[in-house]
Amino acid sequence: MKARVVVTLKSGVLDPQGKAIEGALASLGVPGVASVRQGKVFDIEMAAGDKAAAEAALKQACEKLLANTVVENYRVEIAG
Amino acid sequence: MRAAVVTFPGSNREGDAARAIRQATGREPVHVWHADTALPVGVDLVVLPGGFSYGDYLRCGAIAGRAPIMDAVRAHAARGGYVLGVCNGFQILCESGLLPGVLMRNRDLRFVCRMQHLRVERADTAYTTRYAKGQAIEVCIAHGEGNYEAHEQTIARLEGEGLVAFRYCDAAGLVGGAANPNGSTNDIAGIYSDNLRVLGMMPHPENLIDPLVGGTDGRGLFESLAAA
Repeated sequence: MKARVVVTLKSGVLDPQGKAIEGALASLGVPGVASVRQGKVFDIEMAAGDKAAAEAALKQACEKLLANTVVENYRVEIAG
Repeated sequence: MRAAVVTFPGSNREGDAARAIRQATGREPVHVWHADTALPVGVDLVVLPGGFSYGDYLRCGAIAGRAPIMDAVRAHAARGGYVLGVCNGFQILCESGLLPGVLMRNRDLRFVCRMQHLRVERADTAYTTRYAKGQAIEVCIAHGEGNYEAHEQTIARLEGEGLVAFRYCDAAGLVGGAANPNGSTNDIAGIYSDNLRVLGMMPHPENLIDPLVGGTDGRGLFESLAAA
């Protein structure tokens, strides 16, 4: 089972990398970019076939390691 | 004072930490490996040294914060033991839950390596009795992620309960402004746990213990510990 975990900075948390990318896009002349926030994507292959169990396990993974919930939010997406 | 220095894959200041401890206490610290699950019996102080544990993968200190030895370090702290985390060690303490908050990327995205003055916020803890309250000490910093951030309530609690250990200042002791190298909230350079026994700090006192390499203002911290 393919899963994707997306970790993003909470709103209000300063994201200097996103700001730098925003500036670079502007200097490249890419039109219409209002703001950029950088995050992380984890593509995870789950062995278990049970979607609910996989979702619970991935939530645990996020709470224990993948996200620092002081400054980050996470989202779990499971294909199918 | 019996000390242990923990080495993680990618630590690089463990030798400097050991040298500072040896100089202050006259005893060689025990070297502990990240995969160990217990600390040697009778250890008073655990040092988490600087470096780039696990290559800073995922987030600085994130994987080290969950290394096997950290359960023993948490138990040591819960027993009232001393834990000093310097630079990456501070990041590890935050990631392990031993200290609140998080060290974010420096405000201007640059790795900052320079001499740095710190104001000693209180001189009545085990780490600071050899300093004076308000004293500006000169040590050094070398980090890319030293911008301390925490929930507003957490910052208020740290400030209200006197848990800020050091602030970035200039040579005259004036806090903030250009003296803040990384955008850290309230110019925080180091914080204590509630019982004042766990200290996390971005600057490197262990590198300023010898006049040959720029100064000795870092000695006081280790001498304070040795006398604790």
